[in-house]
Amino acid sequence: MMGWNFNKKTYPEYWEAYLHHFEKKEKKTLDSSRFVALDCETTGFNFYIDRILSIGAVSISKNEIAVAESFEIYLKQSHFNPDSVHIHGILQHGMIAKFSEEDALKQFLIYIEDAVLIAHHASFDIKMINAALNRMGLPNLKNKVIDTMNLYANTRIKSNFIDKSAHYSLDDIAEAYAINLMDRHTAPGDALIAALIFLKTTALLKKSKSFKLEHYFLKSTRF
Amino acid sequence: MIGVGDFFLINFIGMKNTIAERIADFIKNFPPFDQLSKEDLYAVAKVVTITYLEKDKMVYAVGDALHDKFYMIHKGAIALTKEINAKLETVDRFDEGDVFGLRPLFAKENYATNAVTEEESILYGIPLATFKPLITHNRAVVDFLIESFASNTENPFSKEIHGSLYDNRLEVLANDKELFELQPVRYIKKVITAKANAKIKDIALLMQKHQIGSIILEADNLPIGIVTNVDLRNKVITGEYTIEAEVNQIMSAPVLCYPKGVSISQAQLTMMKHNISHLCVTADGTPNTKIIGVISQNDINVMRGSNPTVLMKAIKRSQSTKQLKHIRKKIMVLLKGFVQQDIPLTQTSKIIFELNDATIKRIIERCIVKMEKQPPVKFAWMSMGSQGRKEQLLHTDQDNAIVFENVEADELENVRAYFLLLAKKVNKRLNEVGFDFCPADIMAKNPKWCLSLDEWKNQFIQWTSNTGDDEILLSSIFFDFDVTFGDANLTNQLSDHIFEITKSNHMFLSKLAASALRSASPLGFFRRFLVEQDGEYKDFFDIKKRAIMPIVDAGRLFALSNQIKNINNTAERFEKMAELFPENKELYLSCSYTSKALLKFRTKHGLLHNDNGRFIELAALNKEEKMKLKRCFNTIAQIQESIKLKYNLSNFK
Repeated sequence: MMGWNFNKKTYPEYWEAYLHHFEKKEKKTLDSSRFVALDCETTGFNFYIDRILSIGAVSISKNEIAVAESFEIYLKQSHFNPDSVHIHGILQHGMIAKFSEEDALKQFLIYIEDAVLIAHHASFDIKMINAALNRMGLPNLKNKVIDTMNLYANTRIKSNFIDKSAHYSLDDIAEAYAINLMDRHTAPGDALIAALIFLKTTALLKKSKSFKLEHYFLKSTRF
Repeated sequence: MIGVGDFFLINFIGMKNTIAERIADFIKNFPPFDQLSKEDLYAVAKVVTITYLEKDKMVYAVGDALHDKFYMIHKGAIALTKEINAKLETVDRFDEGDVFGLRPLFAKENYATNAVTEEESILYGIPLATFKPLITHNRAVVDFLIESFASNTENPFSKEIHGSLYDNRLEVLANDKELFELQPVRYIKKVITAKANAKIKDIALLMQKHQIGSIILEADNLPIGIVTNVDLRNKVITGEYTIEAEVNQIMSAPVLCYPKGVSISQAQLTMMKHNISHLCVTADGTPNTKIIGVISQNDINVMRGSNPTVLMKAIKRSQSTKQLKHIRKKIMVLLKGFVQQDIPLTQTSKIIFELNDATIKRIIERCIVKMEKQPPVKFAWMSMGSQGRKEQLLHTDQDNAIVFENVEADELENVRAYFLLLAKKVNKRLNEVGFDFCPADIMAKNPKWCLSLDEWKNQFIQWTSNTGDDEILLSSIFFDFDVTFGDANLTNQLSDHIFEITKSNHMFLSKLAASALRSASPLGFFRRFLVEQDGEYKDFFDIKKRAIMPIVDAGRLFALSNQIKNINNTAERFEKMAELFPENKELYLSCSYTSKALLKFRTKHGLLHNDNGRFIELAALNKEEKMKLKRCFNTIAQIQESIKLKYNLSNFK
């Protein structure tokens, strides 16, 4: 066992392949970059105990959502929380093809590459995914992340009598924007709504000269 | 190493695509997709692209290279425009469920029209590479698409419209008068008929139920007579026949029949010639074949969209939000006509106000029915801001609130819950019709603005006794309310209350006065227009903030401090002031004139640019317009001076 470097951890090939996409280091812009809007359904809100049930995602490039490039995966469950079934409708032994956590995350990494990730209340979804990656002995996601809540909040009139710290749920925004509410609480359905909110809010926000996409990147300390 | 290709392979074999399934569910309701097999539908849905476009954006322009897809509207509306005789004309319009941009399916030349979003839209792009191979053997689909592509006058209307009695008659928007006359008339396809031996009473009940003015009498689907409300008036109410008599006693026969495809002008001439208001459409145009529809004078008038009375009738009869949306578009056509013909603004705003008001009323009425439960207590729907002041001409945001009767404390939240649910429905539909959601959430569905009478009174006391900038802003929005629906007693009590608490409240009034001065005279140093410094509207003039708001604020201040009740309109407030204080008559009358002139200005520019008219491009103004604006600004400066003196605000900057 000569020359084994204990300090440098070796990662599986798929993680190295994922990292490889970040070597380009290109500047992210609305018109040229790829964005992935995603949503996770989970067994609950505890990052240690609860598990991801499904991940849904759609890909946006050049302001267009390509349905052909959408992502939808269901995970085998070790942890089951009967309390959350009424929300997401995913039972422990459903009929849909299911993957182990590792296989699912592997496919997810292949899918997202270095895309900017978008989600509503993004830090929750990203933390859930990071927790899963960490369980597999992998570090956190490297992607830039945007929360559609921040985008939306910035389109609102700035006035004292509107609660500045107001939290807007996906339902609130979908209603304000008259985006169809069907398929709420399925991962792909919520991902699509987040994608539409992203397109709509950025169309509004980019009109301002001071608009900079990177202002909306969440700090990595939030995950 | 696993590549992206492998991933898609996995996706293809093992995965479910919920989004594609939902898209298939949507598109299958509309032609031509209703003709596709389930597998083909899914194959199409899987490759759809989704785009979001704001209002007034080009999907493609004349001369653009063909896209590799055609489009279906998921949400929104598209106009096809092109230049005819050096004038940009709309040649066709599409809305939800319609397909457009079919040229790449049939032709190789670049696009011949512009496709522009008339509202913000979500479009599905259907890639040709997937779609074309699927339809080569499907005659019905190809025929439909060719027909849609070839015809610019006939919209490929959706299935939903095919199916219902009222929906299809509001579709055609007249753009070009001459062309319009020659268009085939749209007829009502689901005809209400009765047997000739029915009792007159039952016929009248049938008319009442469907809110229609005539009924065709049939035997074996052949038209044998027609009875109209004129027949009822002339032959029944006069006592000639009893309501128990059979309708064949009073019907007109034979019925004038036409084949479908008769032009609008031909239908109108026939009606004029025979002095009748309805024609029957049969399969071959004679009374010997099956009834397929009916054409009414009314519907033709609505299609023309140039008559407020007809529009009002259409609003009252409307059975869906979609119809109201179409009517609203016609109201805009009407408004455009008024402005072009230079009809005095006082009249214009009254008519448009009435039509908007009726639209809102109709929506509330329909929503109460949808609640399936009558309101638990009396309430009033209040419109605020520009609609409350009867100054809303263009589509602007909705500002509204609900006041309901006082109830016992333990019932309060239940009662509020009912009105919040009602408001949610109403706000949503108002938005669909074209009154955008208020970005500051001043809407009745917000629990803060859905209050009992006492809660409102307390709210107003709070704003007027502990007054900061926010309270002034809120007062200036909420004090200009107008009852749109419901019990005017409630709103009157509220108005009385406002006058009561502001009467000798000098503190509040002087703060209100100070806020009326917050936008200084819009002419800057060197008498140049103050324009916006940053943002989307850099170098534009904000007519709302810099000119309209100051005059509106001044009007409100004078109305409150002089106890002028029940007048919300700014021009009328100043007219009243001129009456009360003849010594300053001249100034007040010129304020009244200014408020009208500014509103007209805004309306004109809004119509020109198809927006809310708030931002005006100075470069686009001619000299006369600039002079006119400057005269308005002078008046604003004068009235602001007089406010400063009156409220001792000389130090106010």
